[in-house]
Amino acid sequence: MSVRDYLDRLTGTGRADTDAGAPGDGAAGTDLGIVVGLMLAVYVVFVAIGVVLGYDTNGIVNALSQVTFLTAVYALVVLALNLHWGYTGLFNIGVAGFMAVGTYTMAMATAAPDARVPGLGLPIWAGIALGMAAAAVIGLVAALPALRLRADYLAIVTIALAEIIRLTYLSSAVQTFTVFGTQLGTGGGSGIGIEADPDTVVVEFLASVPGLNVLFDAFGSVLSGMGVQQSVINNWYYAFVLLVVVVAYYWLLQRIGHSPFGRVLKSIREDEDVARALGKNTRLFKIKSFMVGCSLMGLAGILWFGSYGFINPNTFLPQVTFFVWIALIIGGAGSNTGGVVGAAMFAAVLFELPRYLASIAGDTGGLPSAPPTFARAVGALFDLEPLAFVAYGIDNIGPLRLVLVGVVLIVLMQRRPEGLLGHRKETAASIGLSRPNRSRETTDATAATDGGEEQ
Amino acid sequence: MSSDTAGSGSAAGDEPTAESDASGADTDAEAPASATGRDDDAGVTATGREADEVGAHIDGTPALAVKNLRKTFGGITAVDGTSFAVEAGKMTGLIGPNGAGKSTTFNLITGFNRPDSGQVLLNGDDITGKQPYEIADRGLVRTFQIARELEEMTVLENMMLGPQHQSGESLWRAVTPGVRSSVKRDEEKVLERVWEMLDFFDIAHLAEEYAGNLSGGQRKLLELARALMTDPDILLLDEPFAGVNPSLENRLLEHVHELREQGYTFLLVEHDIDLIMENCSRVLVLHQGKLLADGEPAEIKADERVIEAYLGGEVE
Repeated sequence: MSVRDYLDRLTGTGRADTDAGAPGDGAAGTDLGIVVGLMLAVYVVFVAIGVVLGYDTNGIVNALSQVTFLTAVYALVVLALNLHWGYTGLFNIGVAGFMAVGTYTMAMATAAPDARVPGLGLPIWAGIALGMAAAAVIGLVAALPALRLRADYLAIVTIALAEIIRLTYLSSAVQTFTVFGTQLGTGGGSGIGIEADPDTVVVEFLASVPGLNVLFDAFGSVLSGMGVQQSVINNWYYAFVLLVVVVAYYWLLQRIGHSPFGRVLKSIREDEDVARALGKNTRLFKIKSFMVGCSLMGLAGILWFGSYGFINPNTFLPQVTFFVWIALIIGGAGSNTGGVVGAAMFAAVLFELPRYLASIAGDTGGLPSAPPTFARAVGALFDLEPLAFVAYGIDNIGPLRLVLVGVVLIVLMQRRPEGLLGHRKETAASIGLSRPNRSRETTDATAATDGGEEQ
Repeated sequence: MSSDTAGSGSAAGDEPTAESDASGADTDAEAPASATGRDDDAGVTATGREADEVGAHIDGTPALAVKNLRKTFGGITAVDGTSFAVEAGKMTGLIGPNGAGKSTTFNLITGFNRPDSGQVLLNGDDITGKQPYEIADRGLVRTFQIARELEEMTVLENMMLGPQHQSGESLWRAVTPGVRSSVKRDEEKVLERVWEMLDFFDIAHLAEEYAGNLSGGQRKLLELARALMTDPDILLLDEPFAGVNPSLENRLLEHVHELREQGYTFLLVEHDIDLIMENCSRVLVLHQGKLLADGEPAEIKADERVIEAYLGGEVE
């Protein structure tokens, strides 16, 4: 406080905007430092492991692009979920459902009318807008009855809704159907292709922008000079785009959080009755918060699963929701920066790193073939063939990752239940809240002392 | 001018004093030196109100009236056909043994429970069954029996939440570039009132503290201060002195009296009968959901039925 006052006087800034806790430059600078530092550390670890184990450049660069992609898409969904849970206290465990609505709507809107699964043939931008709108509307449908209920009931409603959505898309009844004479379809169990997948479209669009294309060419030629394949370079372009979208999400959610609107959301999280007693129409605030979060989830789904070029109902299993929740819990609910950090920790360290190690081990060889069963693998230990045991582990890295996630969660719950950055409480106001300077200058001595004690 | 005043935006229309307050704040913004003129701090908001409030109710309409209010929970009749009125600018006490229906009555008045039958009139307008936020918006604000703070929010944030209809409570205003700067200007005005109020209640030194870290008594102060930030006409205080040490109790009482002199109307529920008798000009006694007695403290003290109710005797 006193240091800040001192700095205030030094710089002669009359405004309180730069106070800690407010979205001032100081706080934003540290946060950016945390995120960039973490990502750089992740990159260094990946490169170091790759180099030490003799992985080829293309493989390393590809792994880094994968890490960046996953971190970015997780960050998007975690940020959206943080608006629901971290700010408003809405226990939404139907994240996958809202992502499904966004992605499917976009896929159905952009598919060509004569494709295997016919669509409306709209351009990608219209598809994205429709997808976000649809996710918001489904959010509203879920919210209207459920937000009257207590938090745990909302959880039940959302997860049920997410499964209903998934099973609806799976149903053969809507595989293809006709509305107002237009043929449409979800593809049922066999899924639907995304012709205008954001990956390709966005990269093509950027490569056509004058100025940007020069930058892209330069970047591409450096990488291809290092022996990196074009597809990997394209993945990097898309990862960059996603990082920009993450920044946009972050910006939007910080603004929401640091505003009177965000303050009401926070008060709903803390004690809704108090907010009502203070004259806030809490239902309306909850609905708005829920719809905005859902539409952001819809867009995140499009950018994530849409970029694979094909989706089917099993893309949106409940485990997607739980992974996102784990990332939010690791990072710390209530903090947007924490959300991004949690996304990076989960996607890069817990999820991608084990797979990376496994694929290096598989590529470079040198391991004996994996025993077919766990018993045989343990048996190999007793036969003094530990490498066979390791090979078994690498062979089953998918399930083992979940074990790792579980262990990390248990340790976190014991040591740091609020998450990595959950202890940081961000002030919900658009301005710094220290005593306004103009009264401080003149009445500091009088107001603070005599305005208080004597009364 | 009234359209851009932060907290008092809505009230500005029908309360001339609210406007003059806001314009006062505006001039302050231009001339920092005049800040010394606000030595009596929160009094500024309120001194102006006095004449206004009293004038508004000169016709004799009670500030708050309930008629034949009834509420049952399952087989229990919590409030059983209660009627009473609360005079504007006065402090009225509501007492009764445990389970007499005091808190339920509060909940029925403030919209947290819906009465089975009966009416609640605020300045003559029927507000029965309205939502709590609508009732608070009309100037009737309550506090809770057990101080309910927003624990993971700072004292400042708690206070900033109070004012009604802040421009930044609209989502698009809060995020749209350009428009947001007007939100910030409104926030600065709110912030100024917040600090005045904190000074008035002598809790400015706790401003940056999380509400969850405050002591019980400090929470009571904060809750009252926060309720005042909504710019209410009537305050319903549910056991504001429970669990408060005697010196803090005296301070709270002083504040309440000062506010009453400024024109606020109070209805308080309290268990401490002596405290009610000494401080209220009128006392309502509830017993088993019914109004047992209604009168000046002296009358109530002499009332046989009240004594019996408190000593657990039979009531006819």
